[in-house]
Amino acid sequence: MSTYPLPQQEATQPASPTMDAAVHPETNTGINSKKLGMWVFLASECLLFGTLIGTYIVYVGQSVTGPLPQDLFDIPLTTLFTFVLLTSSLTVVLADQAARQGNVGKLRLWLAATVLLGLSFLGFQFFEYKHFIEAGLFLKTNLFGSTFYVLTGFHGVHVSIGVIWFLSLLISSLRGNKRAVNATNVELAGLYWHFVDIVWIVVFGVVYLMSEIG
Amino acid sequence: MATQTTTVGRIPRVKKQTGLWSWLTTVDHKRIGIMYAFAALFFFVLGGIEALLIRLQLFKPNLDLMHPETFNQLFTMHGTTMLFLAAMPLTAAFMNYLLPLMIGARDVAFPRLNAFSFWIFVLGGIFINTSWFLDGAPHAAWTGYANLTTTQYSPGTNTDFWVLGLQLLGIGTLISSFNFIVTILNMRAPGMSLIRMPVFVWTTFVTAFLILFSFPVITIALFLIMFDRLFGTVFFSVAAGADVTLWQHIFWIFGHPEVYILVMPAMGIVSEILPTFSRKPLFGYSVMVFSTVAIGFLGFSVWTHHMFTIGMGPVATSAFALTTMAIAIPTGVKVFNWLGTLWGGNIRFKTPLLFALGFLSMFVIGGITGVMHSAVPANMQHHDTYFVVAHFHYVILGGIMNAIFGGFYYWFPKLTGRLMNERLGKWHFWTFLIGFNMTFFPFHFLGLMGMPRRVFTYAEGIGLEFWNAFSTVGAFVMAIGTMIFLHNLFASIRNGEKCGSDPWDARTLEWSLPTPIPPHNFDEIPKIHARDEFWARKYEGVDPNAPVEGWNPELDEYEKKHGIHMPSPSIWPLILAIACTVTAYGLIYSPWVMVGGILFIIVSIFGFAYEGDDGYYIQPTKGLSQ
Repeated sequence: MSTYPLPQQEATQPASPTMDAAVHPETNTGINSKKLGMWVFLASECLLFGTLIGTYIVYVGQSVTGPLPQDLFDIPLTTLFTFVLLTSSLTVVLADQAARQGNVGKLRLWLAATVLLGLSFLGFQFFEYKHFIEAGLFLKTNLFGSTFYVLTGFHGVHVSIGVIWFLSLLISSLRGNKRAVNATNVELAGLYWHFVDIVWIVVFGVVYLMSEIG
Repeated sequence: MATQTTTVGRIPRVKKQTGLWSWLTTVDHKRIGIMYAFAALFFFVLGGIEALLIRLQLFKPNLDLMHPETFNQLFTMHGTTMLFLAAMPLTAAFMNYLLPLMIGARDVAFPRLNAFSFWIFVLGGIFINTSWFLDGAPHAAWTGYANLTTTQYSPGTNTDFWVLGLQLLGIGTLISSFNFIVTILNMRAPGMSLIRMPVFVWTTFVTAFLILFSFPVITIALFLIMFDRLFGTVFFSVAAGADVTLWQHIFWIFGHPEVYILVMPAMGIVSEILPTFSRKPLFGYSVMVFSTVAIGFLGFSVWTHHMFTIGMGPVATSAFALTTMAIAIPTGVKVFNWLGTLWGGNIRFKTPLLFALGFLSMFVIGGITGVMHSAVPANMQHHDTYFVVAHFHYVILGGIMNAIFGGFYYWFPKLTGRLMNERLGKWHFWTFLIGFNMTFFPFHFLGLMGMPRRVFTYAEGIGLEFWNAFSTVGAFVMAIGTMIFLHNLFASIRNGEKCGSDPWDARTLEWSLPTPIPPHNFDEIPKIHARDEFWARKYEGVDPNAPVEGWNPELDEYEKKHGIHMPSPSIWPLILAIACTVTAYGLIYSPWVMVGGILFIIVSIFGFAYEGDDGYYIQPTKGLSQ
């Protein structure tokens, strides 16, 4: 068992560590631990949605009674609201940038915009569900109903959590809580939000667009 | 950064260092590890009692000690308890206690989430077990095959408790995996490159990734049953066109990695014990690490060998048979590396080493029957017989539990400054090993004779009497062994022989610390120069203060002057865990309680989040400072 050759000290040292460096010492990867934790969490979320989407795909065309996707889906309308949700990814990026620059006014503006876009998406989902239920599709109607509502509902819950998260950041910012609203916390919420948007792109493709080609 | 404030928002933070309240609010990974160990031992005894009742019922043919329904509940809860409430938390106890010490960190990355993982495990365990006193315990086996779990075949609340209880446990386990991955990636001491980490840390790392990718799958599987049962969806309703084998696929995509989640940390423990008692470095360290990672990858590609009998066709079946056989390669490499570690070593036969050897021998037997299962024609004969029961008990009880017992004897002196009794330890080892083999070796014969698993009783005169009776006797011998262990453990806490901080002349970093380990672990973050750093310092003349890459001396200076930053205790992890448990009861019994529980969860999350993670400062020489 031999020891390893010891590398020489770097000649240049950073300036004396700040309080922040002592509380959160430099990490081995150079990535903030909270941020790395969020990435790891999102990796597990991939499997969560992957299993749901897989279940949906396995059961496509297996329903023994209607109504079926082709009876209900309104692709142009869903496209519009997919656009609304994806636009919110842009507003999150702008909020993130404002937080880095310390521009509180812009940060509040873009946080509010994200909340509004998220709420519009949820509103659309509410009316879509209402329309489908009126057309006779319930959770228990057929395999399509079960898989569709649980998959999109799961995504909807994720969107709702994101909306609550941004809303609480906005309220904290308005109340001047600088501790809660810093660039890292906005970025964490942003990572989550982008992920939820990406999941929707897959859901939109697999559930809605694939129904067109049978 | 408002680091000096002690109160945040409206909730004053608890600062107690002793007493019940300090344990309820602790975020110290060492205390959490100890609590994991005691809670898991409690559930281990509970699962053991369930096993003894099962064996009593099978002592003779046509016995009628209990209602068949009770028997179903017993084997379901035995499996669920031993896997999720005993084996996994026992490995979590070692991970929690040792991981930061082994990589030279002061705590895990998210100490409050770590506490939450623990509390939700305890409350989830209690939640499942309260079903015994309510409507009856879960009864659809630990695999919960569809459609035994539908309301048609399980109309009571039994299965609801299983679904929601596992859901609670799963949340805690997943959060632990995030925590350990970030801790290992981000919080290693300067010089501790990945390839210098102790093998136990490597196995923890791979285990955490297995959890990360397999537990979300069971989470969804449980959601699907929950929706079927509570909200009338038709995921597993054959009448609506559903395919019940979907459950088997989803369950085993989780279930097979779960087996490796259990065994990896045990392999890690053995990989720490063997070098210490052979006084040699681990043989083939890098191959060992590579094999660990390889097993982790392959573990996701073998799930259908649990379901060869459903008829997937020759291509799928052959492919999965091959991947299953392939797993034997890295596993075999590990076994030979362990033997290579012992070979030519200066071996001391202390109790920890005995248990490590117990692991090695029993695990090899279980591994060989595992390879036998990968042969599809043989598998068709073994499927759902006692042969399978023999196989996984050799791996889990003979393998994993032996390693865990060894870990207890090995690290006990580090926690208490006392040794566990060697003589009792040897009694424990031999009674447990003999009782174990008496119980489970006959299962191979019973299985090949065709005795199906999970049967309530069997007929007279078909050749099953002798080995069943023999096995029941063996189970009680094993129970005596376990009682010797528990006695030894509790008696040694008070009366064990006193020892220094490094009684085994060990190799890894945790033994360089004083016993008991101070709350901040390291007065100064250690600098790592070698793979077995402590050994290198003791015997190879490595200067602990020699500079290494990534070392920032100014941080050390800063800590000496201002103190060490420590995370504050918090009550929110416990409150959040209670909120989740209340919601689970609400889902079963009352929608209003459920709604209240969900609101309670939201409030707790806000409490958790807005409390923040600021801490306090500790001066190793001067004590607490604000």
